[in-house]
Amino acid sequence: MGNDTILEARNINKYFREPVLFHVLKDINFKINNGEFVSIMGKSGCGKSTLLYILSTMDTDYEGDLMFMGEKITGKPHEELARIRNKHIGFVFQFHYLLSEFTVLENVMLPAKKLGIKSLGEIRHDAMEKLKLLHIDDQAHKLASRISGGQKQRVAIARALINDPAIIMGDEPTGNLDSMNAENVLNIFKDLVREQNLSLLVVTHDHDFADQTDRIIEMGDGRIIHQ
Amino acid sequence: MINCKVILSISKTHLLSRIKQTAIAALGVTFGIGTFIILVSFMTGLNGLLDGLILNRTPHVHIYNEIKPSATQPIDLYTKITDGFKVVQSVKPKFTQAKIHNALPLMSQLNANPDVKGAIPQLRAQIFYISGSIELGGNLVGIDVLEEVRLFNFGQYVVKGTPQALNNIENGILIGSGVADKMSLDVGNTVQVSTVGGAIFPLKIVGIYQSGLADIDNIQSFASLKTVQRILGEPQNYITDINVKLFDIEQAVPMAQFIEKQFKLTAIDIKTANAQFETGTSIRNLITYAVSITLLIVAGFGIYNILNMLIYEKMNDIAILKATGFSGRDVKYVFISQAILIGLIGGILGLMIGFGMSVVIDNLPFETDALPTIKTYPVNFNPWYYVIGITFAMVSTFLAGYLPSRKAQKIDPVEIIRGQ
Repeated sequence: MGNDTILEARNINKYFREPVLFHVLKDINFKINNGEFVSIMGKSGCGKSTLLYILSTMDTDYEGDLMFMGEKITGKPHEELARIRNKHIGFVFQFHYLLSEFTVLENVMLPAKKLGIKSLGEIRHDAMEKLKLLHIDDQAHKLASRISGGQKQRVAIARALINDPAIIMGDEPTGNLDSMNAENVLNIFKDLVREQNLSLLVVTHDHDFADQTDRIIEMGDGRIIHQ
Repeated sequence: MINCKVILSISKTHLLSRIKQTAIAALGVTFGIGTFIILVSFMTGLNGLLDGLILNRTPHVHIYNEIKPSATQPIDLYTKITDGFKVVQSVKPKFTQAKIHNALPLMSQLNANPDVKGAIPQLRAQIFYISGSIELGGNLVGIDVLEEVRLFNFGQYVVKGTPQALNNIENGILIGSGVADKMSLDVGNTVQVSTVGGAIFPLKIVGIYQSGLADIDNIQSFASLKTVQRILGEPQNYITDINVKLFDIEQAVPMAQFIEKQFKLTAIDIKTANAQFETGTSIRNLITYAVSITLLIVAGFGIYNILNMLIYEKMNDIAILKATGFSGRDVKYVFISQAILIGLIGGILGLMIGFGMSVVIDNLPFETDALPTIKTYPVNFNPWYYVIGITFAMVSTFLAGYLPSRKAQKIDPVEIIRGQ
């Protein structure tokens, strides 16, 4: 890539217009490098989740520039942003967002099917590989609604990995898990960064979790206090 | 195209995982389309029957000599009065012969016209049926029976005996069923008829004619052209009417105008003679379509409702799909394709049920004295109604699915994910 920076925020400002005008994010500037494991911390309501959704390209209502893989993506059409999310960004949410009527395997395969580069056989094989990596391949053919919370979170991580993204973003990915499962997820993330040179950006409340990341960005009142 | 497959597989899973709701939505369409098919097949079948009752035996152009006053009276030729106006009182009709002048050459010329399926002669005579001292007024029509059978389905209305017998038996008559009832006559009997002039002829009954219209059956009988000419004492070129059947009924109006102009005869086209039938048919069709469209709109609202609810239930799914790289348009297609699948499955099922019910109706016995040749309810199996039916189903379900799908397209995933 010739560029160490995968994601860069330049002077990002964001306002909530309802119910009253509110300046949520104020002049956010930071970079995330290739293969870096970064966590964003801060009190509730300081705007960290809002920032994450802007970085994830899902929220386009902001001021400032967002650079992704050396390219400015602010102002691109929604179709294009959806394609970027599909190919380069993996998501893990606090609540394990799986499609409950599909099997675990289908959930993992879906983003790759959407991308449509590989054949169905290859996608199925890759999806099984990702599930094996997370040690839940034995659940592959169960419906997503029939497995436990910790398992669901691992399935969500497998889904985030299926298109070999450049970066994984998490919004409190361990917030809803007990300490054992949280530890488990953290270890999975660390392995991914180490073995696959993935970048990770995680919003968290959990100090223990954040302490084990490469870098902590601390936010307060819509500003970056410390990074 | 790969995209298409993924979207279809998602909507298939959505539909199958809530099979009951899907089935209810599809059944709404099935009911609408099925009823449409049954209604339209039955109604148009009935229309065809009723129209056929009149139109099949009505000539497309009927040529005859009409008794009427001259359009220009002699006084009109007198030009010396410039300052006044002319009044002729008590105008009498012009005396013309009842027969068509030069009828035989006229017929051969018409038959040579490529638009004409056939032009055949008739000779109408006023007669009395005589039974003892009772005289019943009536008509005797001399016809070329084989041509009548070929062009005007004459055979359908002969309920006893055969029309061909008219040609084989000298002095044969096909007697109207009303007349036969009144005089207790049957095939094989002889009936006496007298002309207006008073001459009496015995005719042998070879068949009974029943049109289904009592007014006609009570007075009208048929004999061969030659027989009627002999009864009237007229030569072989004595013909009062020429009936023309065309290949294309739309040509009737210009053809009638052409004949009137060229031969100075009265020519009535079928549209003028039977305008009220077209009106009746079009109004019945209008009612059929109005009822069917109402049914489909109701079914459409059902689909709209179910999809709307589905989208509220699937907010999470929509957010995930959008977060993992499906665009708003993809999500819209997921829901539109569900609506279209419901429409397609429901519609095809509706066509099958409609067809099945039509077959059942077609085989139900339906016997009435007025319609001697009809044994079962008439049903029109026109494939176009099936095409219209499935098109309706697709269009209405598409519209019902489109609005909720657009809502799904616009859902902001961030709001949903944050809202948890």
